Amino acid sequence: MSINLNAKQRRWLAYSIPVLAVFAALLFGAIMLVLLGANPIEGYSEMFVGAFGSGDALIATLLKATPLLFVGTGIVIAFRAGVINIGAEGQMVLGGLFAAMAGLYLPEMPAIIMVPLVLLAGVLGGALWGWIPGALKAYYRVNEILSTIMLNIVAVQLMAYLLRGPLIDPAEIERGTRIPQTARLAESADLPILFGDRLHIGPVLAVLCAIATYYLLWRTPLGYRLRAVGLSEHAARYAGIPVRRTIALALTLSGALAGLAGAVLVFGSESHRMVTDGSTMGFTGGAGFNGIVAALLGGLHPLWTIPASFLFGGLIVGGQALQRAVQVPSALIVALNGLVVIFVVAADRYRAKLLSVDTREHPDMDADDEAATGMGAIHDAAPTGTDSYGQDEFGEGR
Amino acid sequence: MSEVFTTAVMVAVVASAIRLAVPLLLASLGETFGQRSGVLNLGVDGMMLLGAFTGYYAVLKTGNVWLGLLAAGIVGLFLGLASAVIAVTLKAEQGISGIGIYLFGLGMSDLLFQKLVGTPIPIDTFPKVYIPILSDIPYIGEMFFQHSLVIYLAFAAIPVATFVINRTTFGMNIRAVGEYPDAADTLGVSVAGTRYATEIIGGTLAGLAGGVLAITLGIFQQNLTNGAGFIAIALVYFGNWRPTGIMLGALLFGFVNALVLELKTLEIIPRDLSNLAAMAPAIITILALVFVAKRFRAPSALTKPFTRGK
Repeated sequence: MSINLNAKQRRWLAYSIPVLAVFAALLFGAIMLVLLGANPIEGYSEMFVGAFGSGDALIATLLKATPLLFVGTGIVIAFRAGVINIGAEGQMVLGGLFAAMAGLYLPEMPAIIMVPLVLLAGVLGGALWGWIPGALKAYYRVNEILSTIMLNIVAVQLMAYLLRGPLIDPAEIERGTRIPQTARLAESADLPILFGDRLHIGPVLAVLCAIATYYLLWRTPLGYRLRAVGLSEHAARYAGIPVRRTIALALTLSGALAGLAGAVLVFGSESHRMVTDGSTMGFTGGAGFNGIVAALLGGLHPLWTIPASFLFGGLIVGGQALQRAVQVPSALIVALNGLVVIFVVAADRYRAKLLSVDTREHPDMDADDEAATGMGAIHDAAPTGTDSYGQDEFGEGR
Repeated sequence: MSEVFTTAVMVAVVASAIRLAVPLLLASLGETFGQRSGVLNLGVDGMMLLGAFTGYYAVLKTGNVWLGLLAAGIVGLFLGLASAVIAVTLKAEQGISGIGIYLFGLGMSDLLFQKLVGTPIPIDTFPKVYIPILSDIPYIGEMFFQHSLVIYLAFAAIPVATFVINRTTFGMNIRAVGEYPDAADTLGVSVAGTRYATEIIGGTLAGLAGGVLAITLGIFQQNLTNGAGFIAIALVYFGNWRPTGIMLGALLFGFVNALVLELKTLEIIPRDLSNLAAMAPAIITILALVFVAKRFRAPSALTKPFTRGK
């Protein structure tokens, strides 16, 4: 950085970089809208109103932000431990499937027992789908990016098989319509409604998970171990930390949170069924990928991921409003979504760079921790710079 | 069961395995160049989809399959250039930026299809080339020597790729930059330049792979590749970053896909279980990765952006 900035200015610039990246992506989107013959100003004002312009819009945004926050929090855990979890899409699907099965097969119980049980089932499903790539990475050195992508593919086929076959609503067979969906799940498992007729407890749970994750990472020995492995596997090993088990655990926890997101999607849905259109994104709305963006927007800090998820949830809800208002195919939103991912990730390095100038304690982490694994894809971007968020904004997060 | 696997069926399966292997093979060869130079392009599937749409659309408009293939390659070239900007110049985290490229390609190809075409119209496919004499050999001829020209060319590309990587200065630079970028840089090899070149090769081949897929099938639809680009990336790993290994992997996958298709057509796999059968490629990939992970070693600078003096 040739421009002379003091630490505080640099930090504010660093915070604004990911947001600027989102705007840059939206600018690209504006060009695409023009090419499609739509008015981008009209489109984007519809987008803003659709996301934040009314009580209903805010509720829709909160609900959309919920899976992003669950997934994003899990991504933070994985990232801090030096692993990339691209598998949240599949983990959400497994969480949804486990939860739906619990909702179908558990005997009638009061809601106070039933709700936690189905959510726990979701956690288990996601944890299983996170543990597999975690263990494969830790014990067999299988690249987690590849294994999680493959597990996403397996998950979507498993979902299609189960919802077309064993779990299909018997009424669909009787009617001959054969829509791949479950029957109405146990009513006692419906997520309690906080406000109006849609806003359920999901957003509150997600915020609680983010706060709990902050405590886990910076206030417990386990969190210390996770971060130590992320900073330097070598050093962690010398310090007697069980590196392999910690890596497997990081992906398991990350998957568990994604699984919880899946369970909340199923039991917080308006139909109270699990439905598939044959793709993961049809179920997750892309939250498995967008949760990564939310985590990056939040500087890979669980607490900052809360507002980041809210903003990104708004972007998605607004995008849908835009698409309806100016009559463009919904595929545009998928393409725009991709641009947002690219821009935010590309900008992330500059954010980290700005922050790492004044935190010289661990200047060059990537060299040794990647050499140790031979496949690490995490650079100094993640673990080094971002620690200052914890220190400055949320007390002494070491 | 046994009477199902008649010679005719097996011949058809092998022939279709070779056809199905080619898009994977091309995309995978392209990815190999990138990875040998230290760049992981996770967006192959998105590039293939855009190549597939472009190829399809060009054939639809011109009626010429070769122009279609050319168009697919050109789109791939520009996507490769874009991915080089993202990964090499902007130094983005490659494991995530590639997902962005994938989503962009997935959405964009579908958007263009809906806007420009709407309802699927079948297009011309590559003409078959019967190799004289060889194509007349019973069984063998039908399996290996009655394909379209692109299929022969794709297999011919394997020794070419091996030669380029192992025997040319450019190939030496690729390997140096992928293993010891600092040393290469000291010796005056442009790390960024080499990586730009490999990403452009990779993008072009991914675009061509998509074009071959669409023009072989004679159709385009949303998510036509169905994850083939991701399988292509995995193939690089268990082909041990070598073109011949990758060819074997691509043929294995082509065979599995062809077999599953054939078993579905013959209704040996009931419709209810077709989704379980569709898991096979992904599960085989994971098992294969477990098998090779400790045996093969990735280029040591893979996914690491290069900064001089670091």
